[in-house]
Amino acid sequence: VTKDAVLSKLPEIFRDVFDDDSIVLRDSLTARDLKGWDSIANIRLMLSIEQEFGFRFAVGEISELRNLGELVEAIIRHVG
Amino acid sequence: MSMENGVSYLPPKPLNFRQLCADVDAMETRRGDRLRWLASHQLDNNALHRLATSIEKAIACGATDPLTSFTLGLVSNGTTDLLSSALVGAAARYGIVVSVIASPFGVTFQAAFDSDSTILAENPDAILLALDYRAFFADYCVSANPTQEVDRAIAEIAEMAKSFMAKSRSSIILQTLQAPPERIFGNFDCRQPGSLAWLCARFNEQLTSEVARAGVLVLDVASLAASIGTSKWYDRSHWFAARLPFCQEAVPLYAEQVARIISSLRGKSRKVLILDLDNTIWGGIVGDDGMDGLRLSQGDAIGEAFLDVQRAALALKRRGVLLAVCSKNNEQIARAAIRDHADMILREEDFAAIQINWNDKASNLEAIAEQLSLGLDSFVFFDDNPMERAQVRSTLPQVCVPELPANPTEYARILMTSGFFEGISFTDEDRIRAEQYTANARRQTLFAKSRDMQGFLRSLEMTAVFTMNGSSGWQRFAQLINKSNQFNLTTRRYTEGEILAMADDPRILRLQVKLFDRFGDNGMICAIICRAEADVWEIDTWVMSCRVLSRQVEVAVLNEIIRNATRAGARGLIGTYKPTDRNELVRNHYARLGFELLASDENETRWHLDVTGYKARPVPIAISAEHQPTASGQTINPPREIPNRLAEVRLTERQGL
Repeated sequence: VTKDAVLSKLPEIFRDVFDDDSIVLRDSLTARDLKGWDSIANIRLMLSIEQEFGFRFAVGEISELRNLGELVEAIIRHVG
Repeated sequence: MSMENGVSYLPPKPLNFRQLCADVDAMETRRGDRLRWLASHQLDNNALHRLATSIEKAIACGATDPLTSFTLGLVSNGTTDLLSSALVGAAARYGIVVSVIASPFGVTFQAAFDSDSTILAENPDAILLALDYRAFFADYCVSANPTQEVDRAIAEIAEMAKSFMAKSRSSIILQTLQAPPERIFGNFDCRQPGSLAWLCARFNEQLTSEVARAGVLVLDVASLAASIGTSKWYDRSHWFAARLPFCQEAVPLYAEQVARIISSLRGKSRKVLILDLDNTIWGGIVGDDGMDGLRLSQGDAIGEAFLDVQRAALALKRRGVLLAVCSKNNEQIARAAIRDHADMILREEDFAAIQINWNDKASNLEAIAEQLSLGLDSFVFFDDNPMERAQVRSTLPQVCVPELPANPTEYARILMTSGFFEGISFTDEDRIRAEQYTANARRQTLFAKSRDMQGFLRSLEMTAVFTMNGSSGWQRFAQLINKSNQFNLTTRRYTEGEILAMADDPRILRLQVKLFDRFGDNGMICAIICRAEADVWEIDTWVMSCRVLSRQVEVAVLNEIIRNATRAGARGLIGTYKPTDRNELVRNHYARLGFELLASDENETRWHLDVTGYKARPVPIAISAEHQPTASGQTINPPREIPNRLAEVRLTERQGL
């Protein structure tokens, strides 16, 4: 799976989770940049990613992600 | 993995779902119908969350009409954040607006005993104790004192339920336990006392037999988890990461199960299954293939799939769901197949109504509603044809129209896992309901033959049996109060627990009315609650089954209320009518009974009747003041006669009762 393939699915997931069609993704995006990205929304986000791409994050993996770019890399590691 | 089992009857959600939610948020009033429609799709966690946001907004601006409000306390030994919004979204499917009051994380047992706890402070309609095995037993345990271990766990849950019930008016929902897939020995675990598998099995036995009594309901999580698969259900990664008690893909399904119990508690379960014929209960088209060409025989895979549908429908009929036929066909040919096809399981007498003609299905469903005196919102319409489903869904949104796949093998499963007829009790009335409706058809035939109404009513040889504050029958009493919409003066809903608790208040009088006639036992058909205030009795609740309309039962009931009221020293009766969009039928109920209008505004009309010197009005119904239940608790014994009330009615010749 290429980065492009992941990036083509990710915006819709974000818009669904945060109910915001104006979201534009960039590698440096962090939870602080998005309104409503709290711990509960984070659970829904990670779950939606797991469902969409069909894998489970490894234990501890999510808490080490620093920005969206690293999240995309993690997805590619799992489904690549 | 098939996670949708149980909600696959719902159509997929519209692509612009979030936009549609936003549109509802902009509505001024009465957002309820639209919210319910949005809820009636297959929704994932995000969609349920979005819908819950819209519902919370509607609650905040008082725009949830015409949905019913409900508060639910939630206690869990895991994280419930996703669960709360899913519960709100799923309940809207059943016309219920739920406000969830979640106990803070980690507060489980304390929530039940501290009167100031978040939940008890709110006194919710129901409290769900979403506790899994981890709340009672340790992982990988093989207990040395297995029996005591189960007894301790049962005592804990029973004490919690008891405390919640003592400190609130809430119904309590408990969960069965599912053991995780991990094994100590392997297959031997199920035999080893003290293993988790063994402990959970014993716990469930005792929970369902000892703890679940009046006012306590059971959410069968063990079977839900099993239907999904325990190794999927117990997702270790989600538990370790966030204390999510089960895999979060299953949250919509779990919420749906809870919503079904709540809807049943509020009397919103469906009552009638209306079946199409061709390619729905038999394979083939009887008009083209002829009776002998239908696929319906054992040994033929297609035939067996349709036999399966018929067996499932028959099982529903035996538990009190009414069956009906709605089919576009030549009536003679189709009826002949129902009557004469050797392999048919369902026969004409199994159907409470049959509409076979070339009219559109929506009109036929309306005709069936009329014939059965039941609302369209109690109907499930089962049809293999997507066009017919779409027509009914758009014309009659109150009717539940399940989506069906092309493969008939799935029909029976959808019918039996979709919770249309979710039941929280099984009464004697349920057992004989289908027969009661058949008897009603015979009464109608008799009426057509009689020359006048009074003569007809006398020929029915009716006997009403009144029970004031009796010791049994309260399950059916609660069912009547929660299910009756049309003949319901105040539409106040009380749970069985609340009704039982009324026994402690000497000012509250509860009257059960049963009706027998020459065609059989109509069962308990009327429930009355009165509150005695000084020398006035206030009629808090008056509900009646529409099956016995126009038979002057209400006059006999009034006579009985007044007989009791005057004996207790009351001088007046107060009645209230609170209009809803369903009870127009009884707008003039009290006027017809001779009450005088006291006050009237848009929310209610209040009526008064002076009962000093009241003379019981003659009715063509014999009266019996109490029943004597048989040892089995059945109420089908002939009632005892109270003489002198009605000289013209004979109580003899009551064969078959």
